[in-house]
Amino acid sequence: MKPTNIKDPEYFHKVVDCQYACPAHTPVPEYIRLIASQRYTDAYMVNWESNVFPGVLGRTCDRPCEPACRRGRVEEEPVAICRLKRVAADNKEDVTGLLPAAGKSNGKKIALVGAGPASLTVARDLAPLGYELHIYDENAHGGGFMRSQIPSFRLPEEVLDEEVGYITDNGNVTTHYKQRVDSLKSLLGKDYDAVFVGSGAPRGRDLPGLPGRDEGAESIHIGIDWLASVAFEHRSKVGKKVIVLGGGNTAMDCCRTARRIGGADVKVIVRSPFADMKASPWEKDDAVAEDIPIIDNHVPLEFVIEEGKLVGMRFDRVKAEYDDKGKRSLISTGEEPAFYPCDEVLVAIGQENSFPWIERDIDIEFDKWDLPRLDAATFQSTNPKVFFGGDAAFGPENIITAVAQAHQAAISIDLFCRGEKLDSRPAPNVNLVSQKMGIHEWSYDNAVCDDQRYLVPHAEKSAALKDRKLEVELGFSTETGFEEAQRCLNCDVQTVFTDNLCIECDACVDICPTECINFIENGAEADLRGRLRMPANNSEQDLYVSGKLPTGRIMAKDENVCLHCGLCAERCPTSAWDMQKFLYQVSKASLIPGLPE
Amino acid sequence: MSYVRPAFRHPESKTNAEGFTRQDYEGALSTLCAGCGHDSVSSGIVDACFELGVWPHRVAKISGIGCSSKTPTYFLGKSHGFNSVHGRMPSVATGANMANGEMAYIGISGDGDSASIGLGQFGHVARRNLNMVYIVENNGCYGLTKGQDSATTDVGSKSKKGDPNPFEAIDLCAMALQLGATFVARSFSGDKEQLVPLIKAAMTHNGFAFIDVISPCVTFNNTPASSKGYEFVRDHIEATGKMDFVPVRSEITANYEPGFTKEITLHYGSVIHLYKDDKLDCTDRGSAMRAIQEHNDKGRILTGLLYVDPDSKDFHKVQQTVKQPLRDLDEEDLCPGARALNAINGSLR
Ligand SMILES: Cc1cc2nc3c(=O)[nH]c(=O)nc-3n(C[C@H](O)[C@H](O)[C@H](O)COP(=O)(O)OP(=O)(O)OC[C@H]3O[C@@H](n4cnc5c(N)ncnc54)[C@H](O)[C@@H]3O)c2cc1C
Ligand SMILES: Cc1ncc(C[n+]2csc(CCOP(=O)(O)OP(=O)(O)O)c2C)c(N)n1
Ligand code: SF4
Ligand code: SF4
Ligand code: SF4
Ligand SMILES: [Mg+2]
Repeated sequence: MKPTNIKDPEYFHKVVDCQYACPAHTPVPEYIRLIASQRYTDAYMVNWESNVFPGVLGRTCDRPCEPACRRGRVEEEPVAICRLKRVAADNKEDVTGLLPAAGKSNGKKIALVGAGPASLTVARDLAPLGYELHIYDENAHGGGFMRSQIPSFRLPEEVLDEEVGYITDNGNVTTHYKQRVDSLKSLLGKDYDAVFVGSGAPRGRDLPGLPGRDEGAESIHIGIDWLASVAFEHRSKVGKKVIVLGGGNTAMDCCRTARRIGGADVKVIVRSPFADMKASPWEKDDAVAEDIPIIDNHVPLEFVIEEGKLVGMRFDRVKAEYDDKGKRSLISTGEEPAFYPCDEVLVAIGQENSFPWIERDIDIEFDKWDLPRLDAATFQSTNPKVFFGGDAAFGPENIITAVAQAHQAAISIDLFCRGEKLDSRPAPNVNLVSQKMGIHEWSYDNAVCDDQRYLVPHAEKSAALKDRKLEVELGFSTETGFEEAQRCLNCDVQTVFTDNLCIECDACVDICPTECINFIENGAEADLRGRLRMPANNSEQDLYVSGKLPTGRIMAKDENVCLHCGLCAERCPTSAWDMQKFLYQVSKASLIPGLPE
Repeated sequence: MSYVRPAFRHPESKTNAEGFTRQDYEGALSTLCAGCGHDSVSSGIVDACFELGVWPHRVAKISGIGCSSKTPTYFLGKSHGFNSVHGRMPSVATGANMANGEMAYIGISGDGDSASIGLGQFGHVARRNLNMVYIVENNGCYGLTKGQDSATTDVGSKSKKGDPNPFEAIDLCAMALQLGATFVARSFSGDKEQLVPLIKAAMTHNGFAFIDVISPCVTFNNTPASSKGYEFVRDHIEATGKMDFVPVRSEITANYEPGFTKEITLHYGSVIHLYKDDKLDCTDRGSAMRAIQEHNDKGRILTGLLYVDPDSKDFHKVQQTVKQPLRDLDEEDLCPGARALNAINGSLR
């Protein structure tokens, strides 16, 4: 193998598993260390710079960082990254003084359609540059789906209001709430320099052909519309017996909401096997804990109507079969269809994009799925003035993806308005600093704690089920937050090897608890991986390879389960190993305060 | 500074045939200088014991005084240990072995401990062929007392202090051979591929197994002009040829490399495979002594297995003493009765 090019920021970036997996690349270990040192405000600002909604995300994020967390490969459970973010948000001081001020006007005006996380992020990134930002949303308040879909028992309104306010209170941002944009053409006709479409994926899928759908219409609701009507208090009751169709997070929010507003017997019924359900494992756990059975392998056959009234549903029982390529088909077991009685049905089987308000003659091309054709890096549509982001761009995802895309769209809009090329994207902001303070002394806490993941306490179930707005998860106390923060392995503190200092004494090989380090004859990657002290079987993790050493061998380190404990560097007599903190920050359109000195 | 090693190990770490993990053979975190060769020897011992599947509680580690003699704390943390007086490890090991001949004994010493103050003890334990592994971690200096030249420092070699050593060096391997040791090897802390099989073979040998491991002192004797520094040793080292240790168990699976040129079967059925057919005949004491001398004359360091007597008879056998632990002897064994006493008395009349 060729020596690893550690000058390429992507190499060490990839070693920080959580940050690499995060769509916005939030510097996770950096803020976890700040939490451990009780610097909650600083920890919050590191988050805010990157993901804009730390309080919201600390409760609701899909947390792709956690399955990626190294800790999960070393012991059972990853660090509770998401819940630590909430510790920062819950315990921070007033941050309003730290937020960027409205920039001096640059004379440019941008319209943003929708006030969800995507538009809000674009607004935040552009406001310091002096853009005049106009956000349009059909609802009375900002937040998009964070407000209309995510129930208050998962995300209290105050938390959302606060973080939306940090953006909309900026003097360069004007909100036009309760104003639906009915024509993009006419919006383009106004004097905007660019338009950002952050309108989400607002159409819930239905079961139009299913027998009984029309007759039962009064008792059959589209999940996302129903959730919005509960959130906006147009609806406060549901029948006693409720069936929720679907296996995603929307289904979980529907069933848990139904339990709180009168549903005594609420069931989730899903086509696929339990394990294949789209909902996050913890959301399934939470639903089951609220006495909601999840009945899998049931395909809806009909809504059963008696005397003009919905009385239940009939399902075909199926089993899943997978072909060689892993493609699933659901095969009927041939048994009698199953009947479940119910008063109401919530259809939560997915959502899709819908742009009835975008005319098809304004140079915005749509593909065969009726999605706009976009440049995947710049988020520009075929009409150079119009940019997309969030669920509106490539279909429904989640908040953190919307934020990450919006950062890029904001950069594009700024480049566009300044007449620059959109592909001259700013490089990430990186820094690599030795943590050495003295012989065997590091400026990070290198001891590895072997505690198991701490559990977040929950509100009393009986109280929670009575009050739709009572937050279920209580969050970590600062004490538990500290203990959990100690579990982080500091994957951003990199093991940096300088080959011309190495005397091949083997001290690092001998000390490394996880046998990562090897002095070995070079070879092709696959061969080398197999010959290491511990074969490097996880091909998603890189090998760090040095240049030739005096004995003709090379140093090869498997990054996979390195604990970042610093022992190799402590035992190295020549400092050929050093522990260096690597900071990687995705550049934003403007300089947002975040990293403390 | 870290005082404890993290508890986590590689998730794919295996257990050995006896169900132990490598971690079961580790000791406390070393307090030696970073880069000290002695730590590599400790790690080599851990590897060897793990791979052999010895039971940690059936091993006793005995040492004298010195950085080297401190190392038993850093390996086999679940075994027995005795850190004795400077140069007196052999007496303690002899006593222990006499009291319980069924344990494995690993003696750890330094060049100061064995070639200066303990030279007499070293000589006698070798000629008695006590069943033990005797490792000298040889750094050509008194590391613990800040790097004075030792009795194995080569003439002209310069430590950090900078004065060339004027005295002739003692070659402990040559001495062990001359005094009747039945297993003699030399190795280098920086070459575990060679060291680990040697330790395994030594632990399986029935009798006195001596390994002189050149183990650089990074702090006081790792200068370019020192003949026991990493660089000098790497430049002047020569090996007798690759050696494989094949334990009894794996005969069944036969997963060792073919193509060996000599096979030596040890006392309990384990086998040593040698791959190079050079002038050295490892079963011939004279051949080993000549090979050492010839390499010395050329300024080369000969490493690897130098001599083994597979038919060696250990001290218990020669003395006709009981190998069985004394604590297990019951009244019947210890007091064979009047008739036996009469028979003995009769034989003396
Ligand atoms: C039930 C449910 C639960 C969810 N839970 C989570 C979760 O826990 N964590 C997570 O990360 N994600 C979750 N999501 C997904 C997440 O809410 C979205 O991915 C995210 O909000 C998308 O952000 P956005 O800015 O693209 O659009 P949205 O948040 O959808 O905002 C778009 C806004 O634009 C408005 N709008 C649309 N068209 C127009 C128009 N023509 N004129 C004016 N206004 C318009 C809409 O009313 C809406 O307010 C959930 C989704 C659902 C349905
Ligand atoms: C009876 C006695 N004399 C002298 C000493 C001082 N002393 C301690 S260690 C040592 C030499 C150790 O050298 P070596 O055995 O080579 O060990 P190293 O530290 O080099 O590994 C000496 C002379 C002592 N501890 N006890
Ligand atoms: S241990 Fe810490 S730094 Fe490493 S992946 Fe997990 S959260 Fe991130
Ligand atoms: S930091 Fe060094 S010693 Fe610790 S696990 Fe990683 S490579 Fe091994
Ligand atoms: S002084 Fe020398 S022998 Fe002693 S621990 Fe340090 S390097 Fe090793
Ligand atoms: Mg010494």
